[in-house]
Amino acid sequence: MKEKMNALKVEIEEKLGSVTTKKEVIDLKNNYLSKKGPISELSGMMRELSNEEKREFGKSLNELKTEVNRLIQEKLTYYEEEELNKKLASEQIDITLPATKIPVGAPNILEHIVEEVEEVFMSMGYDVVDGPEVEEDKYNFELLNIPKGHPARDAQDTFYIEDENILLRSQTSPVQARTMLAAGGNKPIRMICPGKTYRRDADDATHSHQFMQIEGLLVDKNISLSDLKGTFDVIAKKLFGEDIETRFRPSYYQFTEPSVETDISCFACKGHGCSLCKNTGWITVSGAGMVHPNVLKNCGYDPKEWTGFAFGFGAERLAMLKYGIHDIRTFYQTDLRESSVFDRKEV
Amino acid sequence: MISLNWVKDYVDLENENLQELAVKVTKAGVNIEKVVTNHIDHLVIGEVLECVDHPDSDHLHICKVNVGEKVVQIVCGASNVRAGIKVIVALPGAILPGDFEIKAGKIRGEESNGMICALFELGVEEKTEENYARGIEELDTDLEPGTDANLILGTDDTLYELDVHKHRNNDCYYHIGFAYEIACILNKKVHLPEAGYKEMKENIKDYMHIQVDTDACPYYTAKMVKDVEIKESPEFIKKRLIAAGMRPINNVVDISNYVMLEYGQPLHFFDKDKLGDQILVRDALENEEIVTLDGVKRNLKNSDIVITDTKKPVCVAGVMGGENTEVDENTKTILIESAIFDAVHIRYTAARLDLRSEASIRYGKGLSYEYTDAALDRACYLLEKYAGAKVLSGTLKHDKVDKTDKIVTFKTSEVNTLLGITLTDDDVKTELERLDFPYEFKKNEFIVTIPKRRLDIDPNVNDIAEEIGRLYGYHNLVSTLPVVPTRRGVYVGDVKIRKEISKRLRVLGLNETKTYTLTSPEMAKTFRYEEKEQITLPNPMSIDKSVVRTSLIPSLINVYDYNKARNVKDILLYEIAKTYDKNYQEESKVALLIKGAYLTNTWGNINVPADFYTLKGIIENLLDYLGFKNRYTFKKAILPELHPGMSAKILLDREEIGVIGRVHPSTKKDEIYVAELSMTKLYERQVKPLKFKEASKFPGMVKDVAFIIPEDVESEVIKNQIKKSGGRLLESCEVFDIYPQIEEGKKSLAFKLSFQDPTRTLEDKEVLEVFHKIIDQVEKNCNAKVRDK
Repeated sequence: MKEKMNALKVEIEEKLGSVTTKKEVIDLKNNYLSKKGPISELSGMMRELSNEEKREFGKSLNELKTEVNRLIQEKLTYYEEEELNKKLASEQIDITLPATKIPVGAPNILEHIVEEVEEVFMSMGYDVVDGPEVEEDKYNFELLNIPKGHPARDAQDTFYIEDENILLRSQTSPVQARTMLAAGGNKPIRMICPGKTYRRDADDATHSHQFMQIEGLLVDKNISLSDLKGTFDVIAKKLFGEDIETRFRPSYYQFTEPSVETDISCFACKGHGCSLCKNTGWITVSGAGMVHPNVLKNCGYDPKEWTGFAFGFGAERLAMLKYGIHDIRTFYQTDLRESSVFDRKEV
Repeated sequence: MISLNWVKDYVDLENENLQELAVKVTKAGVNIEKVVTNHIDHLVIGEVLECVDHPDSDHLHICKVNVGEKVVQIVCGASNVRAGIKVIVALPGAILPGDFEIKAGKIRGEESNGMICALFELGVEEKTEENYARGIEELDTDLEPGTDANLILGTDDTLYELDVHKHRNNDCYYHIGFAYEIACILNKKVHLPEAGYKEMKENIKDYMHIQVDTDACPYYTAKMVKDVEIKESPEFIKKRLIAAGMRPINNVVDISNYVMLEYGQPLHFFDKDKLGDQILVRDALENEEIVTLDGVKRNLKNSDIVITDTKKPVCVAGVMGGENTEVDENTKTILIESAIFDAVHIRYTAARLDLRSEASIRYGKGLSYEYTDAALDRACYLLEKYAGAKVLSGTLKHDKVDKTDKIVTFKTSEVNTLLGITLTDDDVKTELERLDFPYEFKKNEFIVTIPKRRLDIDPNVNDIAEEIGRLYGYHNLVSTLPVVPTRRGVYVGDVKIRKEISKRLRVLGLNETKTYTLTSPEMAKTFRYEEKEQITLPNPMSIDKSVVRTSLIPSLINVYDYNKARNVKDILLYEIAKTYDKNYQEESKVALLIKGAYLTNTWGNINVPADFYTLKGIIENLLDYLGFKNRYTFKKAILPELHPGMSAKILLDREEIGVIGRVHPSTKKDEIYVAELSMTKLYERQVKPLKFKEASKFPGMVKDVAFIIPEDVESEVIKNQIKKSGGRLLESCEVFDIYPQIEEGKKSLAFKLSFQDPTRTLEDKEVLEVFHKIIDQVEKNCNAKVRDK
């Protein structure tokens, strides 16, 4: 019996050694391991054995079965792998072909800069507030210390809609007035109000009848011009680089007093003088100042108790400086070949 | 333009570097755009000692010229050059106007070490044939050879070109005002010019009467001079007027301009003999006429102020005089007017008549009465001195000016708080003295009287802080941050949803645009799918920007055209903007436009077209993202400028919130799809809070069914019936196949139905029961027939 088993094992090993296809292995398996195959035949012979012999023989037979199974499976796996490798070899792609374009849109260039400014100010606790573009004269001018007949109105050649009462806002400052009035004169305020503004300008490379301002306001107790300077430093460095220097120059706006123009050192020439800064080393980026006591009063705040500062950036100017844009109409044309690069975050 | 030579009359500028001074002045707030000097270096007075003809020329001369330290040889072509005269010599190194540098050299073999100049060559005179023919300038002077010739040419001045901010114009756009500014910066005192003159016994009141009948003229004074001799002005007046940018005319006209540039107070000179004996200042009558000095007939309005002789206008007050009383070469007697008119009136009149004169600009910015009298006296003084005038005694005066002093009371600490600095009371005293602001200091408080000349300063501590701050120097401020509680800012109101929509649409592949709110009437007429009246501007800049848009779609189509013209193929756009109707009702809108391929690669194995269903998918995705899942529907509709077979209204909770469709082929041939949603309506809707929904743990069952239905029946109709009949076991129902024209006028729609019970495994029998009920009811209610039952 033992001999028979050994002979069978040798026979199977020999046959497995000479197979060349997967099919031959399967045939071999069907032949030797089927119910009527030689191993089953051997187990049929167990009847004739004593109980003790049966146990020993059964064990050996099982071992043989397991071994044969293992050998066949090993061979099968070999052929399956070979088959798979062949298939994979035939499935090569050209990974250098262009990708499928995942459609992701770009922000408008102005919105891109506005969002950057918003992020800086929100991190300093400023809310982002919106307001109407068709506005009342009261909010656009009168509450802001610009009464009817004031020359500052001529400078902001305004689109009036109805007499001198309803207009397209010429600045975003009315949002500040509205915010102060809504706060009721007894709460501190930190807000910025980016938005569209309109003035009667003929459109060309540097003028636009529609443009965007980003104005901001802080009203609290003991707020000083030095605080404005520190705040301006933060935004200037965030937008134009940590090595930027800033300076204030005296200026005039009707709703702030003292008023300043805020300059940054020229980032293109590092202050040495170039065409961008007209050889001065400095670039003006915004107007600002301490909120005029009349404006505080008009909007419900007692100037003896509260002080504050306000500032205003031109979004177009910031974007033109920062990204090197020369024509203001760029922002309102949306040439997709130009705007698509702005689907990018500067981290 | 400010002439520094002129300013020197009022404040000591000895040993001041005028370039550095300009920087100081600019830092303190009066912006000097440009410092110009008309000085020509290496320009000296020379004396011609010898003059012989050039041997090799028929017109050149060889001269020996004493230029002070030495005698040099110069070749000169002028016919009037000769020995014994004094001339202007440009020595080597001199740069004449036109960047013409003088060099030593040889002319036809003869050494020449400079150039003897004509005035036009120095830019002092125009180059005319007449001036050319006069040849070189012969000087009548006692000055020694070698002396700087700029001294006698008036080219020794330094000029500041100002860019003065609106409020400072009036106290800095005249030389005395500017002198005050320099005086406070340099901590010096201002000396006002001489204005003493002799008065005759004769009194103006015997010849002239004034009456003022308008509130717009609070102050009116006049003096009279006679025996005036009209001639050329003295050199210094001419030089200064030219430096300030005004053309000299004659001594009388020049004196009125000179005083204006000195004191900032415009004067008007009437020819008294033409005027008569009365002056009445009043509001103009509607359509009253006057011919002004420039010879133009002006039609006046009631808002203008006029000076009249009681019968007819003789001057548009503050703007321009009338031809009928003009000073001319025969004038002998002059009435000098020095007055204050209301700034707003003058500005409106000057703008309407398009007459922006030196006077109207000054009046338009508001004038203080402080120098009104001084200017009048100064004019009398100059007329007496340079026009031989005799001044009559007495002054006519109308005075309704509010002379209340502007007084500010404040503590040093208030200034410190505003500026963020630490001045002491003594520091503040020093600054106020520099500013020449009178003050008292009582009980730790300053009581400051603001000088009349500083109309720009309001009586509040901020204005004082500004004056002190700009002298202290803003560059000396230390940067600090406000001491406020730490928090992060938020997007207020609908800003938040706008940002979310914007970001989502970008993620969905659309590019943000920003276009103009104002559109042309033609554009504004299109895509008016709502009953909204539009705002048309009464005074637009141009007709193509005259209507406030109510839809953004026309603007997006413009952006489409722009990009198409630049060969951009796949155009996916959106814009979010506010719109306004005639009642000023605001509605923020989101507009979308797609064209071309939505998803693609360049070699073409993928191409998801930008079509109706893609746009619908983008909108559904957006609405789901905002929390409106299952609350919106698309309802087919015929809409302006949209393809009648491919357009729909978008409804949210059964309210219309927008439209979608293909742009009508007669509007645009290209296959463009557009949509517009009301962001305002989305913002106003409540959404349920986000909640987790557990997926069923039990297997579901899927059944397919196809119905044959008339072509014009919408899938939604069948779907709604299926849902209704399917009841609670039907979890979802999706179209998965469409077969058009399966029979005449009919199409087949196949649905995949998913059945599910979240609490248990479904039995075949119950699903089949529902499935058959669905088929029965769809057939019965929707004119449908099940296909291949």
